[in-house]
Formats: sequence, structure tokens, C-alpha cells
Amino acid sequence: MADVVVEQGRVARATGARKGSSLRNTLGRKSTVAFFLTLPLILLILLLVLYPALYSIHLATLNKAMTKFVGLSNFTFLFKRETFWMVVRQSCIFAITAVVFKALIGFIVAHFVHNIPAKGQRKWRGMLLVPWVIPPAMSTLAWLWLFDPSYSAFNYTLSFFGVGPIPWLGDTFWARFSVILVNVWYGAPFFMIMYLAALKSVPDQLYEAAEIDGANWWQKIWHITLPMMRNIIAITTLFSLIVTFANFDIVRILTSGGPLDTTHLFATWAFQVGIQSSDIPLGACVSLFMVPILAVAAIFILRDVNKRGNEA
Amino acid sequence: MSRKKLTRRQFVAATAMSSAALITAPYVRGAYAAGKLSIGFWDHWVPGANKASTDLVNEWAAKEKVEVSIDYITSNNKKIELTAAAEAQAKSGHDILQMPSWWPQAYSENLEPLNDVMEPLLKQNGEVNGTVKYLGQSGGKWLAVPATPGSQIKGPCSRIDLMKKHAGIDVQEMYPAGGPPKADNWTMETFLKAAEACHKAGVPFGIGLGETTDSVDTAGAIFQSFGAELVNAKGDITVKTDQVRQAMEFYKKLIAFLPTDAPSWDDASNNKWLISGRGAMILNPPSAWAVAKRDAPQVAEQCWTHGFPSGPKGRFAPYLPYFWGVWSFGKNKEAAKSLLVHMSSPSSIEKFVAVSGGYDLPAYANMTKFKTWQEEGPPKGTLFHYPDPYKHQTLSIAASPAPPKIAQQIYFQATLTKMALRFARGETMDQALAWAEGECEGFMRS
Repeated sequence: MADVVVEQGRVARATGARKGSSLRNTLGRKSTVAFFLTLPLILLILLLVLYPALYSIHLATLNKAMTKFVGLSNFTFLFKRETFWMVVRQSCIFAITAVVFKALIGFIVAHFVHNIPAKGQRKWRGMLLVPWVIPPAMSTLAWLWLFDPSYSAFNYTLSFFGVGPIPWLGDTFWARFSVILVNVWYGAPFFMIMYLAALKSVPDQLYEAAEIDGANWWQKIWHITLPMMRNIIAITTLFSLIVTFANFDIVRILTSGGPLDTTHLFATWAFQVGIQSSDIPLGACVSLFMVPILAVAAIFILRDVNKRGNEA
Repeated sequence: MSRKKLTRRQFVAATAMSSAALITAPYVRGAYAAGKLSIGFWDHWVPGANKASTDLVNEWAAKEKVEVSIDYITSNNKKIELTAAAEAQAKSGHDILQMPSWWPQAYSENLEPLNDVMEPLLKQNGEVNGTVKYLGQSGGKWLAVPATPGSQIKGPCSRIDLMKKHAGIDVQEMYPAGGPPKADNWTMETFLKAAEACHKAGVPFGIGLGETTDSVDTAGAIFQSFGAELVNAKGDITVKTDQVRQAMEFYKKLIAFLPTDAPSWDDASNNKWLISGRGAMILNPPSAWAVAKRDAPQVAEQCWTHGFPSGPKGRFAPYLPYFWGVWSFGKNKEAAKSLLVHMSSPSSIEKFVAVSGGYDLPAYANMTKFKTWQEEGPPKGTLFHYPDPYKHQTLSIAASPAPPKIAQQIYFQATLTKMALRFARGETMDQALAWAEGECEGFMRS
């Protein structure tokens, strides 16, 4: 009997020691440490992103007075509104056009900066980043003064050439042009800096080999630069697409969605419907509508990035 | 180390003495015996005008022994509306919150009824106009108290010289300082002819066609002067009526004489238009004139604020009152009500008007003839007719008399200016009306 007790005690101690060491192992594992290190951020995201997101889903299922649950009827109501489809169309036009131009300008400028001798490059990089580091609400106010109906500096300058005055924010075409222009001005430096980083990581040997094979500049870009930058281009595009789609400040300050709602984006229209017209559930629906559009874009772009990663 | 021991006898004696002392001691009223009060006021445009509110609150707080804290919240970019929405949602915030026109109705379920405050005030200060009742009352319940700071009429502010020279209209003769208006001929037809003449002369009227309140308020008054309602008081859609068609025809003619970029104007654009000397008239409270006094005195001394032109159904002027609301979830409602009574006394109201240079308009009938409006200048008397001292026009808000929760959406979606602009830009009347009807159907959600 006594032997058995001793045996059991040994067995129990051995198990306890194993458990202790496995806990130590778990805690010592890199992934666990990483988890604990990121925990504050995860908690922050849960608090500031996930909770508001779930709350807005809850709001979107309430009636206008927010007194009863109406399921998806706010969404079905929206689908019947002419203005809603106009906002969908405009958001797509705005985001796609702005992202394409930001990517194009960022790509070209990144090449220019890349070719500047290393000594003076830092200054150029700093200067070119200025639009991106100024808070957009502030810089957009400066743009508003440039487009101002009474004091437009652009129209004043154009008047010397006998052109204008152009109704920058009063005509649908020009208003859309203006909001896209400001967004491109603000966002292009982000593309530039990302592309510059990618360009610097392309090995010079590849260009040297291509040169020996007689490749011209276009072939070097097409067959070396672009494939090497593909992942960065995809991720930058996705990131920018999300931010541009959800843009609020530029349109709000420049046009407030006008003229005739033709520059409204999801966020600005959601604000107008939700806050100004006191229809918070409908405003929540409008802003939630961005989610499926961006999710589809994210799936396509990230799937491509994954594929490229696996090939590598 | 010696230690004194407390005996049971000593303990009982000490406890009894302390209790007796506490009971018999006289009641000492502390500096903040009546608790705390947190207030959110609208941050005034006019420099220094917040001082009137601060002084009045402090004066009351010292008398009532209440600890007060005041936040001045700007209305720029709808900050005050956002604050109201957030506080209503969180059921927590200021005890008193100043709200723009539509907000008492929007948050009627969250506001403390203020009949016990309003009834004595109406007896003391005189009746309030129909728009204040429409916006501030629901089912016989006063939702909020009309605030003097921020309340305004957006009537014409004309250039005396330009109107005389190009349109042949002497606005000072039509609206003489110190006397009743002689404005029988000041009709929509005259207004349109003057707009055309000033447009030809290169100084067009500065009337916005955008989505912000100045543009919407003008459209509202013009539609009302034709009897045009998109939704009537019962909540029925009445877009396709002859009155709406007449108002649309008038607006189309007017738009032809306005600046080409008027569709992009915000609430600052008309002010800049007047101050830059580019226009003969704007429709705005005297804030533009007040800025011109500082930045362009030669323009300011030619400005004259006066009444709106009349249409077939009467003379309507855009009126935008502010309100002070007390949240039902507030912690010190009695103190809040007491402060509102203090700030609505005739002497407080006169102070608000004086400090704002005549910009702030009291809602009460007996409060329209203060010295400030008679004396402000240059030119002297420029603001005499601003508060409508002879009750010469109906003070109204765009989209009324539709039920307020529908009207608020017509107002903030700028349905009136949009439908007029659509028609002016080439849509047929039927298309523009069908679009507006569709919008109004969407606003019927409950």
C-alpha cells in the first residue's frame, strides 16, 4: 500500500514538473511573447474598432427613432434610393481615379528621386512628403481658398491668360476634378515613399544582366522593376483604396457633397443622413455599405499577394 | 514609550460629545451648496460675445451657490450637432446644451419639459413667433427655451449705393431708420428686376444655391412666399402643386442672375461676396456687415439690413432660432431651469443683444426695440429693421409647416435648392418635381 502511495506521489510530481515546464515553454515561445507584446494593440483595436463596428451594425438594424428592431429593412430602403446609387457610383469613380493617379504619380516621382544622387536625396524625400504629413483638414482649407468663388487664386492667375473664371466647386465636372485633385496631391507622396523603398530593394545585378542582354528602359521596367515591386504595389493600392473610399474631410470641406450631391462619398453622405438629418440608423447603413465593396477588393488583391508569396 | 489607553468610559463620553456638537452646530452653507452645473453654449461668431453668457452665468452661480463649468462649442463643421447627438446617445453630458433650430425636436424624447420655465417667461417677455413654437414645442410641451445668442433673421443686407444706382431702389427710404417700413412695392417681382439689373451691372446678388443653411433658408422663404410646401402640416406630400411650380419658375429666373458658382457656396461665401464689394445684396444676418466694419469700412457704411420682398402669399423672412435644452438625464435640472430663467430676463436679453452688436435676436415680442439696433452703425440705423420691429413679415423656417422630423430632412438634404437648381440646369419641371417627390417619400420613415 505504502509503495503504491509513493509511486503515485512520484507520478504526480513528475506530471506537475512536466506541466510547469510546458507552461514555461509556452510562455517562452516566440509566438506567445509576440502575442503578449501585441495584446495592448489588440485590446485597443477591440475597443476602438471592433466595438464601434458591431455597434454600428446594431444601429443599422433599428428604425429611425431607434426604438425597434427592423432587421435589414434599412438596407432595402437604401437600395430603392436614387441618391444612394449615385453615391455608390461616385465613390467608385473617386476612389479608383484617385488611386490610379496617386499610383502613377508616385511611381514616376519615386523613379526621379531614386535617380537623384544619394547626397541630395534626403532633402527631396522630405520635401515631397510634406503634403502627406500636413493634416488633410488644414491643407484642404488652403485648397478651398484657392478654389474660392470670390477670391480664387487659380482664377485670378488664369485671368491673365484670358481663361476662366472656372466654377471649380460649382460645376459637377470641375467639382469632381477638384476633390480628386486634392486627394491625389495628398496621397501621392505615400505611394512615392513606398515605391522608393521597393525600388531600393531591387538588386542592381538584375538591371546589369538585362543591360548586357540589350534590354531598353521600358523592358527593364516591364520585366524587372514591376514584377519585383508587384507585392508592394498591390498592398499600397489596397491600403490607399480603403482610405480613399472612406474619405470624408476633403469632400466635406471643399463641397459638402455638392453641387446637387454629385461629389458625395459614402462617409459624407452618411454624415449628412445620420447626423444632420438625425437618421442615425440609415447613416450607419450607408457607412456599412463600404464594407462589402472593400472586402471584395481586399480578397482579390491579397489573394494575388499570397500567390506571389508562394511562388517566391 | 508610553501609550495612553482609551477607556470605555472615555470612548462613550467622546462619542456623545461629538454627536451633540454635530447636531447643535449651526448649518454652514458651503460655497457650492447647490451642486454643480455643466453647460454647453454655442461659441459665438462675434468676438467677445461669449463674455455676456459667461458674466450672466457667473453672476447667477455666485447668487445660487452653484459650481458651474461652461464649454463653448463651435458650430463649425457641425460640432454642436455632433455633441448633441453624442450626448443623447450616451445619455450623459452637459446639464444645459444650446441647440440649433431643429435639434429640440430631434431629441424630444431626451429633453426635460420646460413648461414651468416658459409660461412665466412668456408672460414677462411677450409671446414668441410661430416658428419658435413650431421648433420648440411638441404636443403642448416646451422642449427647450429660445436662446437669444445665435438666433437670427437672414434678411437682405443691401448695398445702398449699388441698389440706388443700378436698380433704382432707395433701401433707406423703403426701410427708414426709426420708422415703419414703406415697402409695399418691395415684392418678388421688384426683387427679380433688381437682381437682373445688378447682374447686368456686374454686381449680382450673392445668393447661394448650395446645401448649407444660408442657401436653404433663402429658398425656404421664397417658396413660402408663393405658398409652396413640399410636405404639408399633416405630413402629406404636396410637391406637385401650382404653388410649387410658380416658386420653381421664379427661382429659375432668379438663378440666371446669380453668380455662376453659387451652387458651390457655403455659409461664408455670401459674406465674402459682400465684403469684397462684388455684390449689391446678400441674404444674411448682420455678421457680414460686422466683419466689413473691420475689414472693409467703405463697404460697411453702404450696407442696410431690411425686410424680405413679399410674394403672392405674403412676406416671409428666414428665421433661425437657437434653443437652450435641459437633458432629462441631467443631474441638476432644477439649477438648470433657474439659470435659464435668469438668462431669459429682459436685462440679460438686452445684454446679449448689446454685446453681440445687435446680431442676437430675442424670440419674444416685447424685445425688438432695444437701443442697440437703433444706434449701431455706420450708417446709423443700419440694423433698425433687422429684428422686424413692426412685425412686418412672417418669421419662418424652410420646409415648415411639415412635421418637424420630416422638415428637418428636407432642410438638411437641401431639397428646395436642389430641385430649383435641377430645373434651372435643364431638367423639365416634371422631372425636378418627380425627383423631389421621391426624396420626400424617403423622408417619411419613422
